[in-house]
Amino acid sequence: MAGAHRHLLVHGQSPIHTMAPEAKIAATFLFVVGVAVTPREAVWAFVVDGVVVAVLMAVAGYRFGQAVARFAAVLPFVAFAFLIPFVASGEQVDVLWFSVSREGLWATWNILAKALLGTGASLVLAGTTPIPEVVRGLGRLRVPALVVSIVAFMFRYLDLIVEEMARMRTAMVARAHDPRWLWQAKPLASAAGAMFVRSYERGERVHAAMLSRGFTGTMPQLEHRPASAAEWAAAMMVPMVSLAAAAAGFALT
Amino acid sequence: MTPALVVEDVSFAYPRGPKVLDHLSLTVAAGQRVALLGANGAGKTTFALHLNGVLELQSGRITVNGLPLQEQNLGEIRRRVGMVFQNADDQLFMPSVREDVAFGPANLKLPKEEQASRVAEALAAVEATALADRAPHHLSGGEKRRVAIAGVLAMRPDLLVLDEPTSGLDPAGRRELADLLTSLALTQLVITHDLPFALELCPRSVIVSAGTVVADGPTPEILADTELLAANRLELPFGFDPRTVRRGDATG
Amino acid sequence: MFAMHAPDGFLEPPVAAVTAVLSAVILMFALRQSRRELKDKQLPLAGITAAFIFAAQMFNFPVASGTTGHLLGGALAAILLGPATGSLVVAIVVIVQALLFADGGLSALGYNVMNMAIVPAFGGYALFLVFRRIMPTNSGGIVGATGLAAAFSVVLSAMAFSIEWLFGASAPVPFDNVFTAMVGVHLLIGIGEGVISALAMAAVLASRPDLVYGIRDLDQEAFAERTRVSTRAFVIGGVLTAALVAIVVSQFAADDPDGLEKVSIEEGFASEATDHALDSSIFADYATSGVDNETLSLAIAGLCGTVITLAVGYGVFRAVRGTRREQPEDEPAVA
Repeated sequence: MAGAHRHLLVHGQSPIHTMAPEAKIAATFLFVVGVAVTPREAVWAFVVDGVVVAVLMAVAGYRFGQAVARFAAVLPFVAFAFLIPFVASGEQVDVLWFSVSREGLWATWNILAKALLGTGASLVLAGTTPIPEVVRGLGRLRVPALVVSIVAFMFRYLDLIVEEMARMRTAMVARAHDPRWLWQAKPLASAAGAMFVRSYERGERVHAAMLSRGFTGTMPQLEHRPASAAEWAAAMMVPMVSLAAAAAGFALT
Repeated sequence: MTPALVVEDVSFAYPRGPKVLDHLSLTVAAGQRVALLGANGAGKTTFALHLNGVLELQSGRITVNGLPLQEQNLGEIRRRVGMVFQNADDQLFMPSVREDVAFGPANLKLPKEEQASRVAEALAAVEATALADRAPHHLSGGEKRRVAIAGVLAMRPDLLVLDEPTSGLDPAGRRELADLLTSLALTQLVITHDLPFALELCPRSVIVSAGTVVADGPTPEILADTELLAANRLELPFGFDPRTVRRGDATG
Repeated sequence: MFAMHAPDGFLEPPVAAVTAVLSAVILMFALRQSRRELKDKQLPLAGITAAFIFAAQMFNFPVASGTTGHLLGGALAAILLGPATGSLVVAIVVIVQALLFADGGLSALGYNVMNMAIVPAFGGYALFLVFRRIMPTNSGGIVGATGLAAAFSVVLSAMAFSIEWLFGASAPVPFDNVFTAMVGVHLLIGIGEGVISALAMAAVLASRPDLVYGIRDLDQEAFAERTRVSTRAFVIGGVLTAALVAIVVSQFAADDPDGLEKVSIEEGFASEATDHALDSSIFADYATSGVDNETLSLAIAGLCGTVITLAVGYGVFRAVRGTRREQPEDEPAVA
């Protein structure tokens, strides 16, 4: 759910923090794919993956309470997952006081395990990689340069726009506007529209500034240290675990 | 000696809009510092955007240091004319100061070492070397302004055009800017409402009204003409008497 | 709510993979088309509007008695910026949210991008063009068309998710239950999205109608005068339309659909062969077992799939055709 997206960076200088971003991004993505394809009956595979995630989070510097709090975005789906056995069809079994669907229980486990593991892996990446690093990493992973530049611009102006919106909000509150119902949202929505126009006009001014310093359509390539072979090797060990576990899970099920 | 800037008879209107520039002509000698004064909406910013070809010339001619403003010269024109925009945030669009100052040299296709040395040189000129690895969002108004100027200086321009450079600056920031601009041996065109700033920096002032030049002369004379000022929605600060101001160094 | 930012594991891997490929292909097209439309302005404009969408999604809008909701913005972005740029920008926001804010699974990006960016943007734009035809060509009409398009874009999104569920269900909840629940809930969510989008569009039209992609082929003079948009009338109209759609849709998923079932039997549509069509192995067992009325569920899935494909396709088609026709004579030629 889109809420207040505070940046999730955990302060520190762990080996994960200093690793080249492209290796981290690729490793995280592949690890999550490994988790996603693991057959749900291979419970031990998920346990292994969970240990890996827990270890990585510890190395990254997450404190337990902090880590738990950050899983909050997944809560609605966790709630939905727990509902499934009650609404699902199929053979029923008895759990505590309830009669629930057996298949439903497996489905709940499947969704929970994958959702939590996936979120954990994402949290490790987000916690150890500052935004400019992620942008650079994407570039090195051959994401189209245009997309990478758009992302960079987005982050450059995000704080400014959020601040402007917050100021508009404050100005409204200062005039005793406290909307509770949809039809009272008109000033907020109008402010959003005005904000769009201002953002667009800013975009045009930035464009003029870019032209003024010689921009002809493509961003100049800027340098940074590429990932070494050793870093790639170290990073790839993580998804190897989940992919191997998935393969073994298939073989054994 | 070739004048830094020659503007001949430039007119401009936005599509389906009124004329914003109306036969505007102006010549600036090399090394001169000229203040461009006028009410809001007089056409000053529109004029500035013509000087580096961001707005396409509809009629008239513009020549920068002898080079006519034409489609095929745009790259070189944009190197020669360094534009500092009113809102520094519009100009600092890269994730870090260093990358932003390097943007111009990179577009000039300079080799990497040359880019790096230009960046260092430009940041030193504006006394912002310590800010090199900071993100623009975290800079103060004065720092942003200086970095924006550095970004332009890195292209080694012949003419500096500044649009309301003192807006948003606190008095100390203003002081720093004035000292900085005085130290740069470049031709400068300063669009401003800050009349004391104009008096301090620019021996010559030009008033633009309804898209054309209505006054052009030594700044103390222009500022002493209260009727002229009032007609253009300009006014000296309370208690400020231009005649009692000690004239600083004058170039050109 | 469930179509948003789904985590890993929600849909089975084959569906995740197929939607990832489809989304990537469509986004590549959108990137190129956006470039063609905006040229060298694309970079700053797309970047800053992406920031705007991101920021706008962070703010809470009141819905009822203290409950709040968020703007999704796909349809609004498409109408303001064109479907190519709009889908691109919202997709970037979704991807960044997954990468940097752990919101949405990395392996779920295929269907998250499809449901939250591509379908609402292209589909919403197509809906806007349709609604625009039946509305008066003034500010009020455009605002209304925007609101309705945005509202139903959310429903399209829910339908897309339901169809993905049909192919990749990870839990034994039948397709028709998922469909009813998803579409039902999103009809309500759509009301909020529609109202907010409409009001935002009204604000944009009041200051810079020339910016709006969706009306660039119309005479700008028509928007010079502000038409007073009555929020209440708008909300009532939206609710009534939604209710109508809900009634129609619920017929299909009802346990005992006398009307349609009877008709289909009499007309000979229901036959042995089609009753077992849902047994085909491309559908997820979970989604098809326990379905109360297989014929109708398949028909609904087919219909929705067709509608979504048509809507997205129409949006794409108009996006491409629009660029070829128009000449950029209206811009103060920025070199």
